[in-house]
Amino acid sequence: MKVINQIAAVTALNVRNLPQRLGGSLVAIVGVAAVVLVFAAVLSMAAGFERTMVSAGSEDTAIVMRAGATAELNSGLGNDDVQIVRNAPGVLRDGDEPVVSPELYVVVDIVKKSTGDDANVPLRGVGSGAFDVRSGVEIVAGRMFEEGRNELIVGRAAQQEFAGLDVGGEIRFGQTTWNVVGVFAANGSVSESELWTDVRVLQTMYRRGNSVQSVRVRLESPGALETLGTALAEDPRIEVDVRSERDYYASQAAPLSQFIRIVGYPLTVLMAIGAVFGALNSMYASVSVRGKEIATLRALGFGPLPVLVSTIVESTLLALVGGLAGGALAYVAFNGFRVSTLNGASFSQVVFDFAVTPELLSQGLVAALIIGLVGGFFPALRAARLPVAQALREL
Amino acid sequence: MTEILAKLEHVSRVYQKGREKVDVLHELDLEIEKGDFLALMGPSGSGKTTLLNLLGGLDRPTGGTVTVGGQELSAMSNSQLSGWRSTHVGFIFQFYNLLPVLTAQKNVELPLLLTNMSGKERSRRAGIALEIVGLADRANHKPRELSGGQEQRVAIARAIVSDPELLLCDEPTGDLDRQTADEILKLLQTLNREHGKTIIMVTHDAQAAEYAQRTLHMDKGKLEARAAA
Repeated sequence: MKVINQIAAVTALNVRNLPQRLGGSLVAIVGVAAVVLVFAAVLSMAAGFERTMVSAGSEDTAIVMRAGATAELNSGLGNDDVQIVRNAPGVLRDGDEPVVSPELYVVVDIVKKSTGDDANVPLRGVGSGAFDVRSGVEIVAGRMFEEGRNELIVGRAAQQEFAGLDVGGEIRFGQTTWNVVGVFAANGSVSESELWTDVRVLQTMYRRGNSVQSVRVRLESPGALETLGTALAEDPRIEVDVRSERDYYASQAAPLSQFIRIVGYPLTVLMAIGAVFGALNSMYASVSVRGKEIATLRALGFGPLPVLVSTIVESTLLALVGGLAGGALAYVAFNGFRVSTLNGASFSQVVFDFAVTPELLSQGLVAALIIGLVGGFFPALRAARLPVAQALREL
Repeated sequence: MTEILAKLEHVSRVYQKGREKVDVLHELDLEIEKGDFLALMGPSGSGKTTLLNLLGGLDRPTGGTVTVGGQELSAMSNSQLSGWRSTHVGFIFQFYNLLPVLTAQKNVELPLLLTNMSGKERSRRAGIALEIVGLADRANHKPRELSGGQEQRVAIARAIVSDPELLLCDEPTGDLDRQTADEILKLLQTLNREHGKTIIMVTHDAQAAEYAQRTLHMDKGKLEARAAA
């Protein structure tokens, strides 16, 4: 009990003294804040990208593509294949009608507003089933395209990111001019980076006959994925892969988000090492400034442990303040920051928002605490081992 | 028969300065009776403060034994020494060594944090100590709001608050003018005569030494006894 009292008393003294060591303390705080800021900012890219991709995917929606295809762009299915999928078990039916959406996926060039350069934007041919297999997709401006006409509806994010997609406007891809008639939202998912039109019009324009690249299927339940997969695998007329939509998008997100992490974590570790030196430096300075106080307390009978703990508490507190500041700054500056990037897997642009998630913030704070503990430990050891008689004489 | 409070037997203290060995105290023997007021004088570097630090358990001898109140300090661990210091000895320094963020009252209470005493009791005792040194009305002032003499009084109150038998003073008037120094020395004399404190005071000031019952002179790590004037 006495030791706890001592620790509390010495720590309280130390904290009350902090304003007198503001300069040195600020160095430590800023160092840690920078680490957490960079950590949260870099990894919020990965988190935002994943969120956008994964939120597009649903567990009770399956995506059927040609066997071996890794993305819609390199898949292809004929009309016979589509019919087999429509009639397969596990597919949800609305009355007699299966809830499926055969879709064609091509890439068009549109100018990116932020850079003025051409970017690959996905243009998806869909039927009315597209709205039934995806939940949360709705027209938020203008109207739905009419079947058989050169009309587009554009994703909300795509409209913000790319030029010439205003409702009522026209846009030209190759030899064809399209009318933009509406804007759709899709819960902030990757679908919002796309342009949609009538699948039959797109098939004609791109001379694809009756072929599509994927069939999205609303399942009776998430468990029906296996039923559908097994049935199609055993059917000798067709060779396809069946995956849940969530799984498909997660695998598409993985290369880029892994790349960001491969860059982000070592960068954070490097900066953290720098911050540890910053913290060590200011804590050694703090111990040196507090030398007289520490020696006096030791002469009065305070033990080395309270001195050790109080120094570690000081550095941890400073690191925590830095961590909170860095996290708050990252949140204010980067959360919701919208960018678009080429998704290597689909060879097209994905528009996403940086997401400074609570998970990232807590990881950043843990990093800050580790920096504080490591940066405080050795100076604390020096404080606790201070030769009292010598320290009193030097002052 | 008078009781011996502190005893040094064949005490040596050698410091290592790089490759050089500095012999600060050499085979020193000393007995200090309970209730003594001893002034230690001598030139700088003669070993006065080292002797004081050994008696206060802030330093350890390289040879010989230091016994205070029947306990051999050299045999104690560092944390045992910390605990011992908190109850058996009070330190008074030349530059007071008060903690600037704390009021006089809180500075005086500091050593009591090392006991299991309640906050109320700590406050009461600190109040009494401040009253003894004549500063009860300055309890809520911070050190920077006090004069040098007042600061040293607070430091004395802090030294006596846990009622130790032994007060160790290192140049307690070294930073004060003559009049203030005399007041502080009178206070120490009162603590010695009326409260029975054993006091060992290092000083360069012959007038200060006159307040002591006896004066010992040190030179080159050895003691030389002379009767007090």
